[in-house]
Amino acid sequence: MTTTLPAYDEVVARFEPVIGLETHVELGTNTKMFCGCPTDFGGEPNTRVCPVCLGLPGSLPVANKAAIEATVRIGLALNCSIASWCRFARKNYFYPDMPKNFQISQYDEPLCVDGYLDVEVNGETVRIGIERVHLEEDTGKTLHVGGATGRIHGATESLVDYNRAGIPLVEIVTKPIPGTGALAPEVARAYVTELRDVLRSLGVSDVRMEEGSLRCDVNTSLNLPGAEWGTRTETKNVNSLRSVERAVRSEMLRQASVLDAGGRITQETRHFHEETGDTTPGRSKETATDYRYFPEPDLVPVAPDPAWVAELKAALPELPRLHRRRLQQEWGLSDLDMQSVLNAGAVELIEATIAAGTTPAAARKWWLGELSRRANETGVELADVGATPAQVAELQGLVDAGKLNDKLARTVLEGVVAGEGSPTEIMTDRGLEVVSDTGALTAAVDEAIAANPDIADKIRSGKVAAAGALVGAVMKTTRGQADAKTVRELILSRLGAS
Amino acid sequence: MSDLTRLTAVEIAGLVAGGETSAVEVTQAHLDRIAAVDDRVRAFLHVDTDGALAAARAVDERRAAGEELGPLAGVPVAVKDVLTTKGVPTTVGSKILEGWRPPYDSTIVQRLRDAGTVMLGKTNMDEFAMGSSTEYSAYGATHNPWDLDRIPGGSGGGSAAALAAYEAPLAIGSDTGGSIRQPGAVTGTVGAKPTYGGTSRYGLVAFSSSLDTPGPCARTVLDAALLHQAIGGHDPRDSTSIPAPVPDVVAAARLGATGDLTGVKLGVVTEFSGEGAEPGVLAAFRESVDTLAKLGAEIVEVSCPHFRYALPAYYLIAPSECSSNLARFDGVRFGLRVGDDGNRSLEEVMQLTREAGFGPEVKRRIMIGTYALSSGYYDAYYGQAQKVRTLITRDFTAAFERVDALISPTTPFVAFPLGARTSDPYQMYLADLYTIPTNLYGGPGISVPCGLSDGLPVGLQVMAPTMADDRMYRVAAALESAVGTLTPPAL
Repeated sequence: MTTTLPAYDEVVARFEPVIGLETHVELGTNTKMFCGCPTDFGGEPNTRVCPVCLGLPGSLPVANKAAIEATVRIGLALNCSIASWCRFARKNYFYPDMPKNFQISQYDEPLCVDGYLDVEVNGETVRIGIERVHLEEDTGKTLHVGGATGRIHGATESLVDYNRAGIPLVEIVTKPIPGTGALAPEVARAYVTELRDVLRSLGVSDVRMEEGSLRCDVNTSLNLPGAEWGTRTETKNVNSLRSVERAVRSEMLRQASVLDAGGRITQETRHFHEETGDTTPGRSKETATDYRYFPEPDLVPVAPDPAWVAELKAALPELPRLHRRRLQQEWGLSDLDMQSVLNAGAVELIEATIAAGTTPAAARKWWLGELSRRANETGVELADVGATPAQVAELQGLVDAGKLNDKLARTVLEGVVAGEGSPTEIMTDRGLEVVSDTGALTAAVDEAIAANPDIADKIRSGKVAAAGALVGAVMKTTRGQADAKTVRELILSRLGAS
Repeated sequence: MSDLTRLTAVEIAGLVAGGETSAVEVTQAHLDRIAAVDDRVRAFLHVDTDGALAAARAVDERRAAGEELGPLAGVPVAVKDVLTTKGVPTTVGSKILEGWRPPYDSTIVQRLRDAGTVMLGKTNMDEFAMGSSTEYSAYGATHNPWDLDRIPGGSGGGSAAALAAYEAPLAIGSDTGGSIRQPGAVTGTVGAKPTYGGTSRYGLVAFSSSLDTPGPCARTVLDAALLHQAIGGHDPRDSTSIPAPVPDVVAAARLGATGDLTGVKLGVVTEFSGEGAEPGVLAAFRESVDTLAKLGAEIVEVSCPHFRYALPAYYLIAPSECSSNLARFDGVRFGLRVGDDGNRSLEEVMQLTREAGFGPEVKRRIMIGTYALSSGYYDAYYGQAQKVRTLITRDFTAAFERVDALISPTTPFVAFPLGARTSDPYQMYLADLYTIPTNLYGGPGISVPCGLSDGLPVGLQVMAPTMADDRMYRVAAALESAVGTLTPPAL
C-alpha cells in the first residue's frame, strides 16, 4: 500500500465506527451434523466420510439432536428467544469443497434470535446485541498446491479433504454495534473473548481459533458523526483474539484514508494478514450472490419442546462473567488483582489449584509469579507451562508441612516443569527436603559456632543480630535444606542468648 | 421354462418354497426371457446376471438348510435405475452418471435383498425421472410391449415394460408426479405410489425431494401389496420417513379380491372425469365405475376445485427442488467429467460436464427451477406454488371426510406413439394431469388395469388418505377381481 495511513486518534476524532461480528463455532459433537461420521480434528484426508457427507447421489441428511441441543444452549446463554418451530434451508452455490453444491443452513427461521452478551472493556460494561444463532454444516477444505501463496491463484492442483464437510457449525451474528468510538477494536476483541469463554463454559466446542473451531468475520464501517452508517466491509481470516482487534483497527484506518482521499468504500470481503496486520480485497459483494434459499425438503422442521428448552435453561452452567465475579469475592481480590489474574489466563488454573486443597493466596502466588514468569520466558500459554493445578497444590502442601522452604519449592517446581515427576518425587529424588532432624542440625550449628568464635562471642554478649552470619554458615553446610528460622533459634539457644 | 415368467410373484414364491422349482431356475427363466425380448423392449439398462444368479443360489441354499423363507423369497425383481445398488451401475437414465457404481445400497434395495428377492437388473427411465415416456432417457427409449411403436409411459417405463413383457414379475418404481402409476396404466400393469414417507428415499437419487416416492410395480394387486409390505416402513436414514408400521396392504388386497366392496364409499373426481381425457379412456373408466358399484361400493361425485392448479404448481415445485438436488453433479467426485485437460479452470470443467451430461429436459427444469427460486421471484413462484399445494391438500382432506377413496382415470390418454409428444413439453406434461395432485398432497395412489381402448390398456386410479394405503389396495383388488388382468399380444 502506497498511501500513508492517518493516525488512529485522528481517525476516531473524525469518524464513528460501526462494527459487527459473525462467529462460526464448530460444535464438539461426537458425530457430524447429518451423518454418523466422527468429528475429531485431524485424520488422514477423506477418511472420515460416508455417502451422506460426500453428498453422493441418493444420500439423505438426518439432523444430529446433540447439535440442536448445543445450539439451543448457546442461544439460551446468549439470552436469545428459542424458536418453537423452525426449518433448515438450502443455500445454493457451487464450490468444490461443498459436496452437494448447496449448504444446509438456516435462513429466515433461525433456531435462536434476539439476544445479547455483556462484555467488559476498561471496567465498563458494553451490551452486544445478538441478532441470531443458527445451525449449519461445515464445508470441506481445499488445499491449493503448487502456487507460492497457498491460494488458488497460481496453484497447479487443488486437493479437497471432506473430513470437515458436515461438521456441525453454529453461526452467531451480532447486531450492528455503533457508538464504541475509539474502543471499537477492543470491544470486538472483548466480545470474541467473552463469547469464547461462554462457549467453553457450556462445553459445546473446544473453541480453538488456531485450529479453526472458532472462526470470526469482522464487519467494519465508518461514518461522519450524525451521518448514516457507511458501507461495510467483511474481513475474514481473522484467526486469533489479537487479530480481531488488529483487523478492526486496520480496517478503520484503511477506510478513513479512502474516505479522506474522496473515494468510496466498496462492499466486499477482505482478507486479514497476520504478518502485516493489514487487509486485502477478496471477492466483491457488490453483485450479491443469489443463494436461492429455500426450505430443506429432506429434513423435517425442528420444533423444540418448550419444556425441554426450560430444562436446558435451568441446567445452564454459571456463565463466565458471573462466575468471575463470584470467584473474585471468594478469593478476596481487588478489581485490579482480578484483572491481572484474567490477563494471565489463570482463572481456571487457580480455581483448580484451590479445589485441590490450596489457599487462594498461595495458588495465585504460584500461577501469577513463578509460573507466569516461566510461561512468558518460553512463550507458551500458562495452561501449557508444564505444571498442573494438582502439582502446584501438592507443592504448596509440602511447603505448608514444612518439608520445603520457599527457595527449595522453586527448585522443585523447576523440576516439575521440566517433567521430572511429582513435587514429592522430585523432592525425594534430589534430596531437597528441609533438614528437620534436630540432631544433625545441632551438629551443624555447633560446627558453625566452633568455626566462628568471634561471632559466637558477640552473640553471647547480646549482639543477637550477629546470628545472621552463623545462620548463613549453617544453611551453607546443609545446602539450604534447613529451615532458617529453626536454625536461628537453635544458635541462640546454644549460645544462651535466647 | 418360459412358463415361469408368466407366473405371479405369489405363485413363484409358493413353488420355490415348496421345492417345486428353484430360485435359480426361476431367475434363469427370466434372464432367458430378457435375452429373448429386451433388444426390442429395451426395458433394462443393466442386467446383473451374475448377481441375480448368486442371490438365487443363496435362496436355494437357505431353503435346503431348512430356513424359513419370506413371502417373496426367490422372486425376481427389476429395479428402476433411480435407486443406488452397491457395486451395480446406477445411471438415473443420465449420461452424467454413466459408469458410476455406488458404494452403497439404497434402503429399498437392501430390503429387497433382505426379503430374498432376486434383483435382475436396473430398468430404463426418463433422465432423472423427468418425463412421461422414457424418451428422455439418455440411453434410448423403452418400447411398450403392447405395441412396440408406442411409449411405455414414464418416467418408470422400463419397470412397467419389464412386467408387461414378462421379463420380471415384480419391479420397483419411483413416483414424483405419476412415474409409477402412468406407466402402469399404459402397460396394463399395476403401479402403486405409497404415502409419502411410507417408503424410504435413502438411496433414491433425488429429483424432487418433497414429492419423490419409491413404490411397487407388479402384474397383480396382491403382488404389488406384497412388494409394498417388503420395502415399506420407517427408515431412520430418511428424516421424512414416517415412524409407523405400513398399513396392512396385503390383507387389504386379499379382502378386496373377494370382490365385495359393501360399505365402501368412492368419490369420482369431477374435474378428472369429463373433458380432457380421450373418449376411449373415459368409456373404460365409466364402465369400471359401474363395475365398482356392482361390487357394492357407493359412488358419489366429488369436486376438487384446486386440482386444476396442480400441474402448474408441480412444474414450479419439482423443478425448484431439482435445480438444487442436481447441483451435486459437477464432475468433481463421481460420474462424468468433461474437459479436464489440465488447462481449464474448475468452473469450466463443471460447466462442460453439466453441458454434456444433462439432456434437454433436465436442463429445462434446472433453468425453470433456478429462476423460480431466484431472489425477487421466490414469492411469486415457489412461494405461490406452496400455497396451491396447501389448497390441494385441503381439497383431499375435505373429500376424505365424505368418501373413503377417490377414483379417476390414471392418465388422460392411452400409450401414444413414440415421438408424438417430445417436441411439445406441455403435451408431455399432460400425461401426469391426474396423478400429480396425489404427490402434492402426499397420499397414496394406485393404478390398476380397468379395460382396453382400441386394444391399448387403460388404468383406473384409486387415491386414499395418507397412511391409508390399505384402502386403495382393497378397491384395486376388487376391480381386478371383476376386470381380470390384461394380457398383451405375444412379442
